[in-house]
Amino acid sequence: MLKIEHLKKRYKTGPWVLKDISFEVPDGEIVGLIGPSGAGKSSLIRCVNRLIDPTDGNIQLDDVNLSSLSAGKIREQRRHIGMIFQEYALVERLSVMENVLSGRLGYLPFWRSFLRRYPEQDIDNAFEYLERVGLIDHANKRADELSGGQRQRVGIARALAQDPRLLLVDEPTASLDPKTSRQIMRLIQSICREKSLSAIINIHDVPLAMQFVDRIIGLQGGEIVFDGKPEALTEDVLTRIYGDEDWTSVKPDEDDLENGEAA
Amino acid sequence: MGELEQKLVWHGRTKRKAWMVWGGWFAITLLTIYCWMEMTEDTIWFFVLDAPVQAADLIDRMFPPEWSYIHLLYKALWDTLNIATLGTLLGVILAFPVAFLAARNTTPSVVFVRPIALLIIASSRSINSLIWALLLVTILGPGILAGVIAIGLRSIGFVAKLLYESIEEVNGTSVEAIESTGASRFQTINYAIIPQILPAFLGITIFRWDINIRESTILGLVGAGGIGLFLSSSLNVLAWPQVTLIILVILATVVVSEFLSAKVRELLI
Repeated sequence: MLKIEHLKKRYKTGPWVLKDISFEVPDGEIVGLIGPSGAGKSSLIRCVNRLIDPTDGNIQLDDVNLSSLSAGKIREQRRHIGMIFQEYALVERLSVMENVLSGRLGYLPFWRSFLRRYPEQDIDNAFEYLERVGLIDHANKRADELSGGQRQRVGIARALAQDPRLLLVDEPTASLDPKTSRQIMRLIQSICREKSLSAIINIHDVPLAMQFVDRIIGLQGGEIVFDGKPEALTEDVLTRIYGDEDWTSVKPDEDDLENGEAA
Repeated sequence: MGELEQKLVWHGRTKRKAWMVWGGWFAITLLTIYCWMEMTEDTIWFFVLDAPVQAADLIDRMFPPEWSYIHLLYKALWDTLNIATLGTLLGVILAFPVAFLAARNTTPSVVFVRPIALLIIASSRSINSLIWALLLVTILGPGILAGVIAIGLRSIGFVAKLLYESIEEVNGTSVEAIESTGASRFQTINYAIIPQILPAFLGITIFRWDINIRESTILGLVGAGGIGLFLSSSLNVLAWPQVTLIILVILATVVVSEFLSAKVRELLI
């Protein structure tokens, strides 16, 4: 279980980007984090794995307090937190397999990773994850030979290779077409279900979020303004999160859900 | 639609700017005239007028090149190539860690370590390889070793500077992604940074090798081995046909090395 208490963040002397954020994510729950650009979504998930340091507050994963760990100790904890990025963030000149295996770096001493001497078990697992995301035939290709959707699948396999307890997902579909977006969201959702992983997904696409997550948290100006089931996301709530707009066309109607194709 | 009251006129420059540009050109003209007068103060115009005759005389004495002399040059040319290649290797090996210490995103400390790395780069770049060779010949005695080290020291700055700039330009999210797996600092460099800078690194190395071929041809002038040694001795005894041959050999070597370097870099990019 992930527990965030009174999390605050400001960059140097800038304004507060996160003001007193508190929520809990039970094991196996998928949380969609929505909100306008600049609401602090990215900062929030980067505070969890300490890619940035929170200014104040507590972040607790199971029984470890992540926010107070030293730089050396946080590395151990990062192994348990998989992260998936908007622009895939693969190392493009490495092979697909190397990218997936790089999820194991936190478990290996430098010389083994330098010589690419991975334990047999890690390699077997990596093949399994590639199979799971449907890229088993591409293991030896260079990452920059793949399409956007395929690259994101490699990103997912890399996160899986970490054997994580929590997934942090930053705009997984922002660079993808609508169909691929759905496939990727569906993949993330089903993987979370299989391994009863919890996940926090930053996402701009509200209908997509409502379709694939268990719970939605709306962030606005660094504060939580909505926390509840996707069905409770009414036009009023959307206005509270994003400001005035005609929301009628944004809500997913039945057609969308059945065809699996959004405009 | 109402008619425009008056036609809007657009000027590329405001009046003030136009005057400033005019004033600038005027100042440059004055400066040029002044410098020309300073420069030619000590010129003995008789010699300048005589120059075409002197040049013709020298060229007359330089041709034809003394082709039979070439068998003595093979060994010297080989030495020169070795100085350039080994010197590049030495420079690159030393430059590699310096670049990582100098790059903002990989240096262990921006306040302490980075300035030292930048100082190493600046001092290596500010001293010409001929001066390095002069110093090293004094320390190590004449020979190829002094040449190799001179080229190596000179190359550190060039390679480290270009390399650290490309380290600073790597894709940050890939680095973030590797860090987020729990990788250590060295693992992050190995997995996220080195693959991204590898093409630039090889390109820089080849480029520096090509420059070093040119630089190593003259190191012999101060006793650091190679073909320059022969150039200097031929110049000393006014053996002009030999000088011509040596210059032609250097020219051919440089043309070939530039061609190779361009080809290899084309393949990399």
